Amino acid sequence: MVERQLPERQLPERLSPLEPVYHPGSHGNFEHGVDVILSETRPGSILQLAAWPGEEKRLMSGIYKVTGLALPDGAGGGVVNGAKAAFGFAPGKFTVVDEAEGLASAFTGLITPSIGTITDLSHGRTAIRISGPKAEWVMAKLFAIDFALPAFPLGAGRSTNHHDVFAQIQRTGGDQFDIYVFRSFARSFWKALCHASEEVGYEVH
Amino acid sequence: MLITCPYCGPRDVIEFTYQGDGNRERPQPASQDLDAWNAYVYDRLNPAGDHNEIWQHSGGCRAHLRVVRNTLTHEILSTAFARGGHKSAGHKAGGHQ
Ligand SMILES: [Zn+2]
Repeated sequence: MVERQLPERQLPERLSPLEPVYHPGSHGNFEHGVDVILSETRPGSILQLAAWPGEEKRLMSGIYKVTGLALPDGAGGGVVNGAKAAFGFAPGKFTVVDEAEGLASAFTGLITPSIGTITDLSHGRTAIRISGPKAEWVMAKLFAIDFALPAFPLGAGRSTNHHDVFAQIQRTGGDQFDIYVFRSFARSFWKALCHASEEVGYEVH
Repeated sequence: MLITCPYCGPRDVIEFTYQGDGNRERPQPASQDLDAWNAYVYDRLNPAGDHNEIWQHSGGCRAHLRVVRNTLTHEILSTAFARGGHKSAGHKAGGHQ
């Protein structure tokens, strides 16, 4: 058997679908200040976990064991802790995000087929963050849901859409939201978000 | 028109997809009862009033819902998860007559 010399292993370069339209700097009506900051957060892991009916608690305790995130009960409940975040987006279904890659393998063996399923969407979703004093205002222009803090508490998640672009939204700060959209729609959504932010002045980080 | 999803709360109707009359009862797939299949495919109450309907929150949590909607006023009288199979209103809505 001929031994083949393999080239030095290289990590694949991660490409963003936003790259051609991602322009760091200040834009729009920013002469009087920048009221929102837009960025792509590029988490290494975006997972969808779904429990069979009646297995929700076991799934939630599995999420706690792996991530340390204690999900609150109730529709759309969620939690953020530094590099990790989780929220309910549908009955028995949760999105779990980690800055680091490889989160799906940490769940294998723990979320057994009798509890539910794990779907690794790390390459299928794009994560966009909007923050700043006018974040609620800009989001309310795009989505027909209530972004006020009492109606949309810190850590909570929502499933909705903008012109048929499905979006999962988590409040990750008092004036900060993380938006998860399909990767194939991300560039179009990003451009819409930039247009919506022009009037308040925005900065791309 | 707002529909209150049991999971997501009140949402605009554009987030939902109508999935038909909620009064239909599908025969067992192996059934050869032609009258039952005919009724499932064609018979509709078409009430002027409260109507059992199936909707999906397709632009949100994607849950299938049992909705009672008034066909005259578009008022949504009740919503519930379709999972479990029991009708939300518990009546074959006959309308206000
Ligand atoms: Zn819903």
